[in-house]
Order: sequence, then structure tokens, then C-alpha cells
Amino acid sequence: MRIFDRRRNPQGKSLANRQRFMRRAKRQVTEAVRQASSDRSIRDMPGEEKIVIPADSLHEPRLRHDPRTGQQDGVLPGNKHFRQGDRVRRPPEGGGSGGREGSPDGEGEDAFTFVLSREEFLDIFLEDLQLPDLMKKSVTRSEQVSYQRAGFTASGAPTNINLLRTMRNSLSRRIALRRPGRGEMAELEREIEAREAQLAEKSEAENDPELIALRARLERLRRRAREIPFLDPLDLRFNRFEAVPKPVTQAVMFCLMDVSGSMSEEMKDLAKRFFTLLYLFIQRRYRHVEIVFIRHTHRAEEVDEETFFYSRETGGTLVSTALEEMRRVIDARYSPADWNIYAAQASDGDNMTADGPQVAALLEKDILPFTQYYAYIEVAGGVGELLRTRSNLWQTYAPFSESHANFAARRVAKRSDIYPVFRELFTPETERA
Amino acid sequence: MTTLFSGGDWSYDSLERSYQAIEAIALGELGLEIYPNQIEVITAEQMLDAYASIGLPLMYNHWSFGKQFAHNELLYRKGARGLAYEIVINANPCVSYIMEDNSMAMQALVMAHAAFGHNHFFRNNHLFRQWTDADAILDYLAFAKGYIAHCEERYGARAVERLLDAAHALMDQGVNRYQRKRRTGPQWSEARERERRAYAEASYDDLWTRTRPHAPEPPRARPDAPAPDEALDLPEENLLYFLEKHAPRLAPWQREILRIVRQLAQYFYPQKQTKVMNEGCATYVHYRVMNRLHEQGQLSDGGYLEFLHAHTAVIFQPDFDDPRFGGANPYTLGFEMMRDIERICREPSEEDRSWFPDIAGCGTPMEVLRDAWVEYRDESFLLQFLSPSLIRKLRLFELTGEEDEPDYLVAAIHNEQGYQKIRRALARQYDVSLHEPDIQVVGADLQGDRTLLLQHQVYDGRRLDEADATLVLHHIARLWGYPVVLLEVDAASGATWRRLHCHQPDS
Repeated sequence: MRIFDRRRNPQGKSLANRQRFMRRAKRQVTEAVRQASSDRSIRDMPGEEKIVIPADSLHEPRLRHDPRTGQQDGVLPGNKHFRQGDRVRRPPEGGGSGGREGSPDGEGEDAFTFVLSREEFLDIFLEDLQLPDLMKKSVTRSEQVSYQRAGFTASGAPTNINLLRTMRNSLSRRIALRRPGRGEMAELEREIEAREAQLAEKSEAENDPELIALRARLERLRRRAREIPFLDPLDLRFNRFEAVPKPVTQAVMFCLMDVSGSMSEEMKDLAKRFFTLLYLFIQRRYRHVEIVFIRHTHRAEEVDEETFFYSRETGGTLVSTALEEMRRVIDARYSPADWNIYAAQASDGDNMTADGPQVAALLEKDILPFTQYYAYIEVAGGVGELLRTRSNLWQTYAPFSESHANFAARRVAKRSDIYPVFRELFTPETERA
Repeated sequence: MTTLFSGGDWSYDSLERSYQAIEAIALGELGLEIYPNQIEVITAEQMLDAYASIGLPLMYNHWSFGKQFAHNELLYRKGARGLAYEIVINANPCVSYIMEDNSMAMQALVMAHAAFGHNHFFRNNHLFRQWTDADAILDYLAFAKGYIAHCEERYGARAVERLLDAAHALMDQGVNRYQRKRRTGPQWSEARERERRAYAEASYDDLWTRTRPHAPEPPRARPDAPAPDEALDLPEENLLYFLEKHAPRLAPWQREILRIVRQLAQYFYPQKQTKVMNEGCATYVHYRVMNRLHEQGQLSDGGYLEFLHAHTAVIFQPDFDDPRFGGANPYTLGFEMMRDIERICREPSEEDRSWFPDIAGCGTPMEVLRDAWVEYRDESFLLQFLSPSLIRKLRLFELTGEEDEPDYLVAAIHNEQGYQKIRRALARQYDVSLHEPDIQVVGADLQGDRTLLLQHQVYDGRRLDEADATLVLHHIARLWGYPVVLLEVDAASGATWRRLHCHQPDS
């Protein structure tokens, strides 16, 4: 008998099958995922998501009897009081006691339930969306480097020695120069010994021509082995590494929101959903993502998440203060050379008319040139408000949508708009066509 | 004697010790004959994985295994279903998988059950000896996995998937029931595939293909001429075999994949026919072994209680009106029958003497059991050995019903008049050939539009599930390449119940 421990065998052997399964059920799964996300708050995205999809696409048909047809005959255990010849009412369709068989695999046939991992869920959820301008343009200016393998070199540090290459070179050189092998010399030595043993008399040995020849040959071989070294500096090979500039893999996301009295809780909730989506999305593209929350009324300040969403503040509305604050934070902490900067602004569109030019100037000069993407979401409280004439802020921002590729403005009125608008913003041009 | 282990945790040392002790009892006292054992410890995830691919660890990839896995995983995580404690493969050496989470007492139980009980059955039962090749199966699986992966690369995953879908749908009809199996092995399959390819390469002639003269169409045979069905060797009940050999439009690699699926279907066919006996044999063996270990003082009282707990759970049979009832439990039936045979051999009643004159009171139950394990399958075993006393114990009764009657009739209960009827009815229930529809290829209109004609023999009015049958016909049509018609013909009267067809194979 042999016992093997297979627990350390590669895990996830079922992955290939799972991928095939997911591909098969793709359409249904995508639909179910979108459904799941519109129903439920996305901010506390669960670790895993249970998904129910219709089973028809996954049905595996077999040629089998229809259990409802023909004569039926079966033996069951546990008779209590039946006598031969009794009649028993047939249980209603769908099994129960006395029913002979359920569905062949014992599960409901209408729906198939299984669990998606968080990764799979997000993959499908954010499928075929792309961050505009994904790579930092300033990649070449980046000061961080990483080392990549780049072939071999004849000089280097001892720690980087490539044994395989080195020994291969050594071997081929030894073969080419016919360096005598250890076996060859050992054999010669044995021959000499044998000869010496044959010639018992020492004096005889001194003069034996064969022995002399053998010894001379051994001496030649030894000299040759000394002169041709086992390992020559020529043989050495080292792994070579090349420094390549590392792309910036960190991003910062600015959330800007108007918290003046005109923003209702509902509007804030809409804004929050949009921020969360954006955060999830950015997080999947960068290794490290930070968030900065800036709220504003007629003055702006950087706050933590709790305060940002839940504390109340009264005052007028000056959007330029928020942009000022954003510029200040960028200058202080997030050098555009090292950070990918994203900004999302949510507002009900109110702004002091006099503030317009200042906002435009800030955006034009100090914000847009350094940000990867700037999304403006105008939240409207009810459906009616959508029909309202364009807001102050919208009027200020409208020209930027035209002139800057990294600026976008959209209106959102209800929860179910969020995801479509989000998708629309980040679907690459090519696919939209 | 000292106990083999104490406490719940297992170690390789205690596994080894327990194995030796179990071996001494199983081979020495019960006289079992086994393949060499190989025991592999795996994790819960690996167990789920093996589950999903019909119990074989080395299976080719297909989405349906992924579906199974996802489904089992959910049930397992919800706690709705525990995992099997073991999986055992009919191979030489016999591979048993045991889970790392089991306690030591459970590991001992599992070893006795799988590594000795099932192992003995695989090695000795005539069906397994005749129809499966335990020496070659693991290599064949490795070949199949590699071959199908290779085809996916070469012809596209989608094409392979569609082919496997179709082949899986026909797995139940891909079994030879009567012929003796010819030897196959991976080396044969590979060699055949190589030959085929070499021939194709050697006979490829670019010039000939381009300049081949267009011969005039051969005159069509008269429509009333007899179809050359002799060449097709009809009727044929093995649909996979028929399609592999005769489907006009399949590429060689497609035929090879059909063949792989057919081989697997054939490999599992004996297991289908011996559920009760196989599980009964294994359960009986572990019961005897564990009791003996306890008697000898090698198993502590705690361990023994744990074993009893697991054992009773395994052989639990809810009554038919219990909400937990999900059909007859093959473990219960099998185990009870083995115990019953033991009783008849040792202390028979008058009734047993008249029912089983050959074995009653013979005093050598192991000999009788070993012989039964070799010679019978479920259906014949029940017919031979189900005793009145067991029918009374399980309170078996027979229900019959006609299709459009609102009531079932209690046809037999556990009384003098009922024993024979119940025994026959229960045996019929385990007769795979009655269970699965009898479908045969009866014609292929090779002179005309090549419509494939299938026939389902309808017994006792039991027809096919129409929705499923239609889907399967589409699969068959895709393999055959031309229309397919399925007639449901009553076996007694010869009347046609229904005609199903698929006119156009979808590409």
C-alpha cells in the first residue's frame, strides 16, 4: 500500500471547467449581474455574489422516459397500513410521497444557482469598459525603474552568475581543447599499477620501456589538464538585467461634491453611488488608489468619507473654491508626475453666476492639464427637474465637453441611471460605434 | 491489544498502522482479494473537483463539469450537503481518495470501505472483469485529456465543445450490452491516430485535387432498390458506435472523440448495474472490519461510536412518506441483504430453509457472499437473494399505476402472496436495460437523402420525454450531418406512438 499526499497538488484544477462554464452561460450571467447590481447598493459590494440564471441554456438533454407516461411500477419501503388491493391517491405533480422520481439530477430545472467570486463579478460588471488615457503620458519622465531580464553578459556580479550557461561553455571548451578527463587518467594510472605489479623487481621497473612510456603519457595528460583549466574566466556568463522605467501604477481620485442646502439626501445618495462605481473601476486598473474627498458650499475643505457624505453644512455655493482646494491638495501631495489623477464632481448645478468665469479659468489652466479624467455628474432630484433649463454650472462646463477629451458631463435623475451613464462614459469610442 | 490511534487527528503513522490492521482482517478473516492499494489524501476542494468530473480525477475539460462544480460548491458551502468521505477508482492499483478533514476513525472506516470493500468488488465481479480494463484506465484517461486538449487547440474550443455536448447526450446509448469488449489501450489509440495522419499525408496530392476530372454523376440507383443496410450492420443499439463508424461527415478527430466518450460510458456501465451490490459489499466489509477492530481492542470505544454514527447515517432509509424520502438507498438495501445472507447461512428459520435450500444453514457465509459478489449484478442478485424476512423488515410494498388513472394500486405487500411479486418488481427496478429507453438505429437512407431512422421500442406505454428527445435529435443530426427521424413503436402491438424528427442539422 502506498499513501500519497495530494493536498499540495496544484489547486484550482476546476478552473478550466469553470471558465468554459462561464463562457457558456455568459449572456445570462451578464444579465444577472447587471440585475443584481441595480437592485442593491453597490457601496458595500459583497465578497461574493450568488447568481441565479435560467437553466435552459445549461440543460444537458438525455434520451429518457417521461415518468408520467405508461404503466408505472415501483417498490417502496416503509409500508404502514396498506393492504393488497388498496388504492392510493396519486400525489400531485412534482413528486412528494409515493412519487417515483424527481427530476434526474434532483434539482429544480428552472433556475441554476451558483456563487460568483468578487473578481468574477466585477469582471463582468465592468466588462469592456476602459479608462480613458489609461497610461500616464509622462511615463518616460518617471523616476522609478524596475529591472527586467535582458539576456546574458560576460561580466557581472558573482551573485548573478548563470550556472547553466557557464558550465555549458566550460564543457564545450574542454571538449574542443581535448582536456583529458578524470576517467582517462584513472585508467592510465590503473594500467601503470598493473604493470608495476607485474614487474616485481623494482630495478626492472625502472628500465621497463613500456612503463616509462605509460608514465610519460600520464605526465603529459596531467600537464595538459593543468594547462587547460576546468573553468576559465572566458566561460563565465552572467544574467543581465536592464532598468526599465516603471509606469505609474498609483492613482488618486478626487470626489468633489456640493453639500449646500439645495442638495437633498437623495441627490447625495446618487452622487455617492457614482463615486463608488468610479472607485471600484479605478481600483481595478491601478495597484494603489487613494481618495480625496472635498466638499464645498461657499468655501471648500478636505474631509473624511463620513463627513463628506453625512454631515450637513449650510451656505451658498461657490464651485471655484472646491477647484482651488483640489489644486492645493495636488500641489501639496500628489505630484502629477507620479500620480494618475481622476476627479468626479457631483452637484445639483447651482452656482453663483459671478463664479462662472473663475471656474472656467481654474479648470482650463490648473485642473484639466494634469488630470486623466474629469467627470461631472449633475444630479436632479426628480424627473421634473430634468426638463428644467440648463443650470449655471452646466452652462459653464458645456464648452469643455467639446474642447477637452478628458472632460465629460452627464445628468442623472434616478438610481437606475447611474450604471448606464457610467457605462456610457467609459465605453471606448470604437466599441460604441 | 493496544488501540491503533487515539483522538481525532490522523497522521501518516496511524494511517499506516490502521491499514495494516484492517488488511489483516479483510484478507485474513474475510478472505478478500484486492488490487494493490494506493491511498491519496486530498482537500475538500479537490474532492469537489473529482465529484464534478464524474469521480475521475483526470478528466478532460468540459463546461458541464464546471457547472457541476459550481452547483456542488454552493450546496457544500451552504451546508446543505456534506461531501462524500471517499472516492474510489476502479483501477489497478486501486486508487482511493480520502479527505484531509476526516477524523482518524473516519479514515479507518473509509479505508475499510473503499480500499477493501469496493476494491474487492471491482477486482472480482464478472461485469467489471469482462467490461473494464483496470490496468489501462488511468493511462487512457490521460490520453483522452491530452487528445481533447490538443483538439481544442487545433480545431477550436467551440467545435470540440459542441461535439462533446452531442456525445454526452448519447452516453446512455453509447454502450455495448452484449458483445465482448475488445482490448483497447492508449497505445492503440495513439498508434491508430498516427497511422491515420500518416496515410492522409502520404496520399495527399495537390496536383490531383486541382486537376481531378469531373466525372459524370453516377446514375442514381432506382428508389425501389434495397438500401445497402447490410454494410451498416443494422440494427445497432450503440448510437455512439454507429455514428463513430458510419456518420458520413465527421472528421477523424471527431470520430476519435466520440470513441473516447463511448469508452468512458462503457467503463461506467458495470457500476450502473451494480449499485446495490457494490455499495452493499463495501458497507458490509467496513461493518465487519470495524466491529472486529473494536472486539480486538484496536479501536477505542470513542472511535467505535463515531463509526456507528457515520455508519447509521449511511444506511439510513427514510420511509416512503417521510419528507426526506428520495428513493431507495442502495447502501441500505445492499448492506441489509448481505447481513441477511449471513443470517441465513448461520441461523436459518424454517422459512429460509424452504426459500434458500442451497445456502440455509451452510455455516460459511463469507463463501456464499464472495461467490455472489463475483457472479451477480443487482437485478439477478435481488431475484436470487431477497428473502421474505428482509421484505418484512423493510416493509416493502409494490405500487402500480396506469397512465391516466388518478390512483395507484397497491399490488403487493409483505405477505405470503406478495413476496415473489415484490422480489420480481424490485429486481426489475434495478434492471438498467428496462430503465433506459431501448433505442436502435434501424435504417439510413443512403441512396436517398440519407435520413437516419431511429426506433424506440415502447414497453408498457413508456414514451420518451419529448422536450429532451427533440434536443437530443438535434445533437444526433449534427453528428450524422443529415436529417434524423425517431419513431416510437409499441413493442407489443407494433403501432407507432409518435414520430419525432429533426429535418435540418444546424451547422
